Amino acid sequence: MFDALQFLTTTTGFWHLTPGMMFMWVVGLVLIYLAISKQYEPLLLLPIGFGIILANLPLAGLMAPEEGLLWKFYEYGIHWEIIPPLIFLGLGALTDFGPLLSMPSLIFLGAAAQGGVYLTFFIANTFLGFDFMESATIGIIGGADGPTTIFLASKLAPHMLGICAVAAYSYMALVPIIQPPVMKALTTDKERKIRMKKGRKVNKLEKLLFPIVATFVIILIVPASAPLISMFMVGNLFRESKVVERLTKASQEELLNIATIFLGLPVGATMNAENFLQWKVIFIFVLGLCAFILSTAVGVCIAKVMNLFRKNKINPLLGAAGVSAVPMAARVVHKVGQQADKKNYLLMYAMGPNVAGVIGTVIAAGIFLTLLQ
Amino acid sequence: MSEELLAPLAGKIIQIDVKVGDKVEEDDDAMVIEAMKMETPIYIPCDGTVAKLNVKEGDEVEEDAVLLVVE
Repeated sequence: MFDALQFLTTTTGFWHLTPGMMFMWVVGLVLIYLAISKQYEPLLLLPIGFGIILANLPLAGLMAPEEGLLWKFYEYGIHWEIIPPLIFLGLGALTDFGPLLSMPSLIFLGAAAQGGVYLTFFIANTFLGFDFMESATIGIIGGADGPTTIFLASKLAPHMLGICAVAAYSYMALVPIIQPPVMKALTTDKERKIRMKKGRKVNKLEKLLFPIVATFVIILIVPASAPLISMFMVGNLFRESKVVERLTKASQEELLNIATIFLGLPVGATMNAENFLQWKVIFIFVLGLCAFILSTAVGVCIAKVMNLFRKNKINPLLGAAGVSAVPMAARVVHKVGQQADKKNYLLMYAMGPNVAGVIGTVIAAGIFLTLLQ
Repeated sequence: MSEELLAPLAGKIIQIDVKVGDKVEEDDDAMVIEAMKMETPIYIPCDGTVAKLNVKEGDEVEEDAVLLVVE
């Protein structure tokens, strides 16, 4: 009788709990708390937080290779590169390239902000002993683009995928806190007051041609960026064509929402105690923050360099919008600009570098893939 | 002399702080426009009286739409 009872207890999860697992529950619960009470990127941090808890329930086997439910989501969704491109389809359908086309020169700011990605890559590799693949994955956090970070991590450093995704989404939620001090430190009050000259009007044909031309140019130059760029541009073509309203809507709403669910849970589930409880994780978080700061700083500095050659000065704050957290970074630029001059409305100008930043980050990821794989 | 207040960005008018006939001063709050899920206050362009108000709360406006005229 006693033996039977003892056997029964060993079949429960309690018998197999480790302190590490319980620590991970706390991590998961903290993310759920931040998502609900602080509304930090709730669409992602909520499922990620729950996924972390699920992955750390002993004997449940949700991440057991070939069998576990979340393992299947991970394998066929993320490892097979299906979910991040689907997210990009939705983002493409939501993105208006108008502000970018109206001032095409601002595309440089979207590219410039990727400087932080590469600087962090070198720091992680040279000073902290991460290998090339890990360093690239950490660096891309500075691009502030969740699906791209996940996409690159799944190919280069799957063991760091969960941590890098959580770092990227957490810092994205903190963009309004991280960016302003950097932006203010690098600009003068006078520069922040610069009002932008109105951009040119963009006609329908340009908006329609943009996704097609961009697909050719970007994929021919950086073929490795194809999975994300192709879906992004087809989503945008749906939107701008105005003839497939149903497809546009499905991409923007239901499909994007479904993809988000299948992204968050397995990403969280990659974070088991063994993977997470290492000293390296602290470095990843510090480097991720450093990548965000450097991207912001490089963006602002390049904007100031551009001003040396321009008759119509641009407001250097726009450089910070090259960090692709859309549209948070653009909102931050707008707010900091209004603090300096309450009649300065930078929002729409900032959307240009902001969407360029998304493309810039994908290209940066494509270059890493080409060079490192 | 009159001056028009143009919408600095496209969005939805969610709050109007003045009505026709109000005496206003430059930089007074005029209305609040919501664009990209962010509320942006916009301000009266010059001293005078609100002569015309072209929008009401809830309206969607395009960039450069004339929101009100101050005389």
